[in-house]
Amino acid sequence: MNATTGTLALVRLAWRRDRFTLPAWVLGLSAFTAATTALWANDFRDPVRMVEEARIAATSPGIRMLGLMSGPTVGAYAMVRDYVLIAVLAALMSTFAVVRHTRQGEETGRAELVGAAVVGRGAGLAAALVVTVAADAVLALALAFALVIAGQPAAGSLTAGAAVAAVGVAFAGVAAITSQLATSTRGASGLSAAVLGSAFLCAGIGNAAGSVDAGGTRVNGAWPVWLSPIGWGQQMRPFGGDNWWPLVLVGVSFAGCVGTAAWLASRRDFGHGLLRQRQGSPGAGRALRGPFGLSWRLQRGAFFGWVTGMLGFGLVMGGLTGQVEDSSGAAREWYTRLGGSDQILDAYRASVMQMAAMGAAIYAVQVLLRMRTEEADGPLESVLAAAVGRMRWTAGHAVTALLGVTGLVLAFAIGAGLTAAAVLGDPLRQVWTLVGAGIAQLPGVLVIGAVVIALIGLAPRAAAPLAWLVLIGSIVLGPLFGPTLGAPQWVQDLSPFTHSPKVPAVPMDASAVVALVVTVAVVTAAGLTLLRRRDLALPA
Amino acid sequence: MDTAISVHGLVKTFGTTRALDDLDLTVAAGEVHGFLGPNGAGKTTTIRILLGLLRRDAGQVELLGGDPWRDAVALHRRLAYVPGEVNLWPNLTGGEVIDLLGALRGGMDPVRRADLLDRFELDPTKRCRAYSKGNRQKVALVAAFASDVELYLLDEPTSGLDPLMETVFQDVVRERCRAGRTVLLSSHILSEVEALCDRVTIVRAGRAAESGTFDELRHLTRTSVVVETGRPLAGIGALPGVHDVRADGRLVRFSADQSELNAILARLVACDVHSLVTTPPTLEELFLRHYGTDRVDADLAGAR
Repeated sequence: MNATTGTLALVRLAWRRDRFTLPAWVLGLSAFTAATTALWANDFRDPVRMVEEARIAATSPGIRMLGLMSGPTVGAYAMVRDYVLIAVLAALMSTFAVVRHTRQGEETGRAELVGAAVVGRGAGLAAALVVTVAADAVLALALAFALVIAGQPAAGSLTAGAAVAAVGVAFAGVAAITSQLATSTRGASGLSAAVLGSAFLCAGIGNAAGSVDAGGTRVNGAWPVWLSPIGWGQQMRPFGGDNWWPLVLVGVSFAGCVGTAAWLASRRDFGHGLLRQRQGSPGAGRALRGPFGLSWRLQRGAFFGWVTGMLGFGLVMGGLTGQVEDSSGAAREWYTRLGGSDQILDAYRASVMQMAAMGAAIYAVQVLLRMRTEEADGPLESVLAAAVGRMRWTAGHAVTALLGVTGLVLAFAIGAGLTAAAVLGDPLRQVWTLVGAGIAQLPGVLVIGAVVIALIGLAPRAAAPLAWLVLIGSIVLGPLFGPTLGAPQWVQDLSPFTHSPKVPAVPMDASAVVALVVTVAVVTAAGLTLLRRRDLALPA
Repeated sequence: MDTAISVHGLVKTFGTTRALDDLDLTVAAGEVHGFLGPNGAGKTTTIRILLGLLRRDAGQVELLGGDPWRDAVALHRRLAYVPGEVNLWPNLTGGEVIDLLGALRGGMDPVRRADLLDRFELDPTKRCRAYSKGNRQKVALVAAFASDVELYLLDEPTSGLDPLMETVFQDVVRERCRAGRTVLLSSHILSEVEALCDRVTIVRAGRAAESGTFDELRHLTRTSVVVETGRPLAGIGALPGVHDVRADGRLVRFSADQSELNAILARLVACDVHSLVTTPPTLEELFLRHYGTDRVDADLAGAR
């Protein structure tokens, strides 16, 4: 028996477990790519407008952070808009898949059961990588197909698919290493996500610092892009030269990571990580001794991650303020429609703040669904068996969500205000205007939170999927997408975001805010009543 | 107040399953009461109703003079609970969990906390994800016993503990009992209940099958007899109260109803007893008698 005995059986097991998850990722990413590309193919039928738009994308450093322009074609433009997002999601798909079949199995004890059978020490890791790389390969083909359907040339489409899958493969390798380092599933995914974050920054900074060629529609990245798998994929230049040689870098990186992971795996004990679990505190501090303290302790890691992300998002969006002021055509129209004002800067402020609010709503749902996890996994039993009522327990989580959402919106406002001030001056006023716009968005976000509490009270077992459905529905029907989709007004009105005041583009509408706040109060009260009356759905 | 827990006609259904079916349970203040039954008999459901985590469908339940659903928070200040399956927060340390649960209950005694950590040999600096099942159990036990409360509800508290730690657990329960506290100990481990409990309630299929002191319950069961006689013990099986006779030459084993012991002994003596061993009924047998036949009933019920 050697180290990889039994890999094939484990591959079948992994595929059986992932037979819905991985196809859903691939289908979702492909459909998104096909839809957005078709949209732009329609927008830029006029080659003159295409060149104009390509120049904007190539010359503004803010957009260069997020995408690399390779020439005045629809395909190249689609890469500017979609590539980084899809590549990041492909990297997450790979990370989650590898961690799911390695570290998660060890953490839950499943791998112990498998490891006691005729299975080699390295078979688990090998099976995880086989399934993940296969999923990346399928993703490459599916994306190529999606781009061809959207009317793009086959060669560039295939390069684009490969360039995305390359990032996925590279991060399968990264996750193979982080799964050896961390002891927990969260830790392994988190480390890999941190590497992904720096890969994003290296590619973005490299492209932002790069130069534009004589035609003004093609960017040449500076050296930091070569430090990043996302940069490697961009340098494959789909629809702009189609270089395949950066795949060599991906191959070398993947082989190096897998070799390192295998070596690390042979040096550690089963179930342990190489990063030592730090000794923890022998007792609880003052801050932990109540339901709110507990909720905050459980959420603070995620909160700090979110706050950093929102601050970064704010810095980028604020940095684009100057270009928005100079923008024309479709982009200008989009912002003024979204912002509800032809004062382009105020419209822009209102619209980015709505995006930030939707991000904060994702966080609110995540925080509040922890209540359900606590119930389903069982720790809640010990809390409610102590002298804590259900109201006080809910309040602990609700306060964490409320403060968290406020913090996220403020972080975005501060980030966006500071970089906007770099262009427009007067940082205090910039920040202050955006803080006002952010606070105006809060009641809408809280409606989503209240609905989550109500769902937990009403239908505990279905609460999580329903909550995400409500959130996605509210975002899709809200001001960001609802009008584009041509949804009837009454359908758009179902989304709380539709009713959030578009401050500062339009004056504050007090009645809308009052209506939202009343909704929050009524829905929360209903949820609490249901929660107080029902049985707990504890594990057996 | 003399009664800590009083339950009459308790009914709880989950969908079509009748988890508790007219259950009665009375626990006097100051006693250690055993709550015995196989898995799935309804022990955990009963305790969760006593804690106000589940609502009862019918019946009267009184806990420390209050209603467990309505007065949950006030009652919980006066009791401590060890769940059967201890689920904790993986990223908190054992020490943090102990302090947190103590604080949520309204305070604990730091001296006793340190003493219990020492006796249970628990390292409070480890994170809960790193604890074995037994160690998670110890976290819950320390958190419960570090608080000086009137009532301890313990749901199969020793699952996962090694025999040494079981002894420590029994010592702690006896100390609490001497201090006048009440303990409801749910278990399917008979030796533990036999060692600790004053009275016991046996529950099966959501009903209390028996309730009483051990002496009372032993009347319901039979004494095992192993006897060697000089003359053949012919016809012993025909005597009233004699069951399961197995003869091996002069060595005869049977079980005897306690009410018929005098008559049976007279017959033995008449046959010239060389050696005689009688064993009092253990709870094991008592249990087997209840569940040995019940298993057949359950199979029938399942087949229906």
